Amino acid sequence: MIEVLVGSLLLAGTGFMLVAALGVWRMPDLLTRLHATTKAATLGVALIMLGVALHFGEAGVVARALGVVLFVMLTAPVAAHAIGRAGYFVGARPWSGTVKDELRPHYDPLNHRLHSGVEEESGGPSDPPRNSSDVP
Amino acid sequence: MSLLLSLCLLALTVGLAMALVRLCLGPSLPDRVVALELFATLVVGMIGLLAIAYGVSALLDVAIVMALMGFMATIGFARFLERGGQRDD
Repeated sequence: MIEVLVGSLLLAGTGFMLVAALGVWRMPDLLTRLHATTKAATLGVALIMLGVALHFGEAGVVARALGVVLFVMLTAPVAAHAIGRAGYFVGARPWSGTVKDELRPHYDPLNHRLHSGVEEESGGPSDPPRNSSDVP
Repeated sequence: MSLLLSLCLLALTVGLAMALVRLCLGPSLPDRVVALELFATLVVGMIGLLAIAYGVSALLDVAIVMALMGFMATIGFARFLERGGQRDD
């Protein structure tokens, strides 16, 4: 019974990690590759480590396996956010079928300023007040 | 080593090959960093499978260290890119 459960957990985890690798190979741009690899690989590692914990069944091994799961689940979104942000700043080209980039009209890549759009309504439509007030 | 473990290890090896393809032909440095992070995650899974195959539970410590190294490498590359590294890769 335990062996069947362990085997199915290992197969499911391996399948998710294979899907993540397939996504990082076939997806068209950086953000979709991040989308594929972060979630699927994290779930794959979690399932494999649950299988390891069930197979050994000792307290120390279960604690270590759950530690790996917790660590990967905590760090994978942070790493994906950091590398996605760095890729956007460096200028990674989005896929040609991208419909909307909400950050592009509000973000100034030269001085890393983010405009909300509200201050332009108060200052007047003709001159952007950020540039006129910041440049002495 | 049972058939199921061999099958899982073979599938993860195929996954490593796919990530290697992206690592070689990724158009920019962040794409290669994503492939490297996937490498680390796949190796963590392989170490878990090998721990079951050989019955050595101490291999899980290696898995913990591998996950930590992958995370640190990704954060380091992200900081390097944001602080203005080589952009013509």
